[in-house]
Amino acid sequence: MDPSFIIAQLISGLTMATLLFLVASGLTLIFGVGNVFNFAHGSFYMLGAYLAYQTVSSWHTNFWVATFAAALGAGILGMMAEFLFLRRIYGRSEEGGFQILLTYSFILVIDDLVKLVWGTEYKSLLRPAGFSGSVHVGGLTIPTYNLAIIAIGLIVVVLAWLILSRTRPGRIARATAIDREMMNAMGVNVPFTMTLVFGIATALGGFAGALAAPLRSVTPGAGIEVIIDSLIVVVIGGMGNFWGAWLGALILGEVNAFAVALVPEWASVFSYLVMVLTLIFKPEGLFAARGVRKV
Amino acid sequence: MADTGRYKDLTFWVLLLLIFGLLPLVKTSSYQLMLANHILIWGMFALAFNMLFGVTGMLSFGQALYYGLGAYSVGMMVKYLGQSWFLPGIGLGLLLAALLSVLVGLLIIRVSGVFFTVLTLAFGQLAWQITFRWYHFTGGDDGIQGIIPPGILSDRTVYYYFTFAVVVMSIWFMRRLARSPLGLTLRCIRQNPERVHFLGRSVRLNQLGIYMISSILSALAGSLMAGVDYSIHTNMLYWTTSGEVILMSVLGGIGQSFGPFIGAAVIIIIEDVVGARTEYWSLIIGIIMMVMVILFPRGLVGEFRALRSRLRSLTVQKRG
Amino acid sequence: MDPVLILDGLEKAFGGLQVTSAMSFSVEQGQLSAIIGPNGAGKTTLFNQITGYLKPDRGRITFYGEEITGLTTEQIVARGMGRAFQITSIFPEETVLDNVRVACLSRLNQTRRPLKAVSNFKEATDKAYAILESLGLKNHSDRLAFELAHGDQKLLDIGMALGLEPKLLLLDEPTSGMSPEERQLTRDLIKKLWKEFNLTMMFIEHDMDTVFGIAQVVRVLHQGRLLAEGTPDEIHNNPEVISAYLGEDLQ
Repeated sequence: MDPSFIIAQLISGLTMATLLFLVASGLTLIFGVGNVFNFAHGSFYMLGAYLAYQTVSSWHTNFWVATFAAALGAGILGMMAEFLFLRRIYGRSEEGGFQILLTYSFILVIDDLVKLVWGTEYKSLLRPAGFSGSVHVGGLTIPTYNLAIIAIGLIVVVLAWLILSRTRPGRIARATAIDREMMNAMGVNVPFTMTLVFGIATALGGFAGALAAPLRSVTPGAGIEVIIDSLIVVVIGGMGNFWGAWLGALILGEVNAFAVALVPEWASVFSYLVMVLTLIFKPEGLFAARGVRKV
Repeated sequence: MADTGRYKDLTFWVLLLLIFGLLPLVKTSSYQLMLANHILIWGMFALAFNMLFGVTGMLSFGQALYYGLGAYSVGMMVKYLGQSWFLPGIGLGLLLAALLSVLVGLLIIRVSGVFFTVLTLAFGQLAWQITFRWYHFTGGDDGIQGIIPPGILSDRTVYYYFTFAVVVMSIWFMRRLARSPLGLTLRCIRQNPERVHFLGRSVRLNQLGIYMISSILSALAGSLMAGVDYSIHTNMLYWTTSGEVILMSVLGGIGQSFGPFIGAAVIIIIEDVVGARTEYWSLIIGIIMMVMVILFPRGLVGEFRALRSRLRSLTVQKRG
Repeated sequence: MDPVLILDGLEKAFGGLQVTSAMSFSVEQGQLSAIIGPNGAGKTTLFNQITGYLKPDRGRITFYGEEITGLTTEQIVARGMGRAFQITSIFPEETVLDNVRVACLSRLNQTRRPLKAVSNFKEATDKAYAILESLGLKNHSDRLAFELAHGDQKLLDIGMALGLEPKLLLLDEPTSGMSPEERQLTRDLIKKLWKEFNLTMMFIEHDMDTVFGIAQVVRVLHQGRLLAEGTPDEIHNNPEVISAYLGEDLQ
């Protein structure tokens, strides 16, 4: 096989992995800290794409401002969803099931609201100025935007890791993940923390969606596939594990990139295949930090 | 469960039996009959789902997998082998559902709550992806048409009574199950899985068992549906189908014995009434789900019962 | 007769903290014994290991001559061990009768029967009623378990363990959260059940009246180790035990 072909796919896979990781990290964040599984996380990803599109089309800003606006918008909407709806069911018996049902209903509502506001035709978002071309390195043609995504992803990962491990808010978030009651007793405003963390998570999702928008067209209905991809990432890497999520994203991204290039018709099935294999041989994921196995 | 509850329950089922049993004899149009047929089948599907979720506490977002499996078993048998293979197709669907549910169950029942739920969704979507893309074999997005039941079953009224009989038997089975030691064990698993270990029972094996039973019944529902609509489509495997059966259960009342059936009836009737404007159907059911989860978690039946007992205690107070 | 339970060199650590250390003792048939110790001494953890809920890092557990280390809880329970919990662990939405009945059904291996109504299983139902009668809960048979008062729920918890017809019954703080009157009643009840059902019993307790009132043997745990083992009098006068409980009222 042609080495430049392989490298091209590797880079494409890396881009994909970065996006996957950004999305999955938002999901793991809210699950780890708040024990809430936001089924609708993919919908915020989709919203991010739409918000970015709208920002550009209404105010003709540059791409990066639009991305920021998308993240902000998704974050605010996320916080509203948590504050207005999710809060009402905290502390109920069998909370987990109701949470999933509620966040599932968010998917349905957001999907149709998006259709209502923006219609069903594909929207497109152009790559940012200066990144629409490619670089030529040693016989390879690599789209600069892909590189930009990878770079941004790396920055966000490092930033997130630093914030979580070095700053006080980060430590509070991690402590809340372990023991909500204790944090409450220590005077931390737990409800506020929950809302905030939810907002940050959805902002991350929206940010990823905006970043991904120029690579594919913006359409409704992207929500479910994204959530499944995030799930696969977490299955491979292990739930609750930061670096596991990164590795999972990398594996999935690369598998996907090569599959799309080699067997485009069946590419999406390959992602599932990786998931099934992981489940068979290492169900707790490659790096499980917290046991997801039942008692 | 106190025995009086049991008899109230029975009243509803007998009523149902009468209404749906006598329906074709009253002057109903073939459209209304089809609607009733839909309610019967979705009702059974929702009740089967409820055994998994309401009784045992396992939230599966992928029952469409088995529903679609049942439908496609029938559809493909008829498409490739002919009309007389309709009934064997149903049998095949049940067999495949049993097999697949064991395999999938073994893989995913060892993980907890949320994880389990999203994995069921993933497997459901995997099935959809395969069926959707395998155009040459399954017909993909075109679906399969012209699935007409053989012999006397090709008459709509006869087929209606056929599904009626199957659904009634399934419901009878599920009721028996709910009152049996197995049903008790499953309810205990939902309430306190840890204690079940300490009763010497394997939580996992029991969960696997009910997952199988629920999935087989879901496949049966799908198979029956193929003969009502005379066609099948990949939508039957899509996550929205899984979501719809969940909604029906939640609307009617999870864990309330006939709740899911009522939920199915309500949703199908609303869908029929709203009919023309179903472009935003997702929005409608999304809002219904939100309202139910936040405000009426016991479902229509559950809330009605709670209201009634509260009214009763008020009247007692007034008298006393 | 051989001891019912033999612990040999049990060790367990949680991330650097040694919660069970060189734990060895044997429990004779028919013995009614207590396990006491300051908070954090590793008592419940010990129960968890004996019942297979936790796997010890080292050591052996032998039950009726058979090694059970590493077996699952279900397997150990099936071999005749029962457990009641410190924080009551019942099935809140089921009736009081069914809570015990499901245990009786389990003992008879009938829990997987899918078609016959529970109420038609005569043997299990009769046994369940008998247990409820012994516990004084028969009048509450048809009430839902969550409706019971706390003390009654604790009794129900014990009843569920009894339904398994255990040969060894482990009780984790049976009198916790009870008023002095309730504790006296429970004390008498434990002794009565011990005789009536011919059990070997081991209970964890903080209430010294109960411990010194009914136990034949007392084992003291301290920082994961067996500090002392003996009759109530021996333990009562043991200086090491007294100093371990410094500040606590031994009475």
